[in-house]
Amino acid sequence: MNSLIRSTARCLRSGATVCLLRPADGPARAASARFLCEAADLQKDLGELVKKDKVVVFMKGTPAQPMCGFSNAVVQILRMHGVDRYASYNVLEDQELREGVKVFSNWPTIPQVYFNGEFVGGCDILLQMHQNGDLVEELKKLDIRSALLDAEKESK
Amino acid sequence: MAVSADHIRDKLTKELGAVHVDVEDTSQNRCAASYKVLVVSPQFEGKPLLQRHRMVNTCLVEELKEIHAFEQKTLTPEQWDKLKQQ
Repeated sequence: MNSLIRSTARCLRSGATVCLLRPADGPARAASARFLCEAADLQKDLGELVKKDKVVVFMKGTPAQPMCGFSNAVVQILRMHGVDRYASYNVLEDQELREGVKVFSNWPTIPQVYFNGEFVGGCDILLQMHQNGDLVEELKKLDIRSALLDAEKESK
Repeated sequence: MAVSADHIRDKLTKELGAVHVDVEDTSQNRCAASYKVLVVSPQFEGKPLLQRHRMVNTCLVEELKEIHAFEQKTLTPEQWDKLKQQ
């Protein structure tokens, strides 16, 4: 009897990076059925994953070492607001995650940002929110006080 | 289907009723097809940023399968005028 074993390899809290290991399945299942089942499982996993933390980022690389300019921009913007602790998932480490998250979010590119389980957008949107002040407001809704507010206070 | 700047511009203009579209091919900065677009359309009026971007994504759903990196800016005609004045 086959059983799906899900394991999360590492969970580091500072700029947390989590790898989703795909389960090793027995040979009895037909290849396409197995693919569909795993894909559906991934969608379900993602549904839970985006709700586990206030801020969730799917990116290329890690916050400590971004591997793409757009992913780096997201990391830098969050850092500017003092958001240094969040869950991040490196899609370069997992091809299924890379494709699966695009399906899940119905969004074609990486990086992808979630606040409180809700899709916010990619780098363009986060940048515009940062520029027009919306990001400070959205972080407030998450009970996160943007560092930029303190920076403003100091300069007055 | 060949994805080209002209093709993208035409599609956005036609399907989103855009009054202005800029398509920049940024592929030389990267190793694969990359584009940066500016779309100005009255259809964006009253719509939040995410919804506007989704409209563009839906319009270019086939093209995006072949595009590696994609940047977009979506403005209403009013926002576009204001920007031009700056």
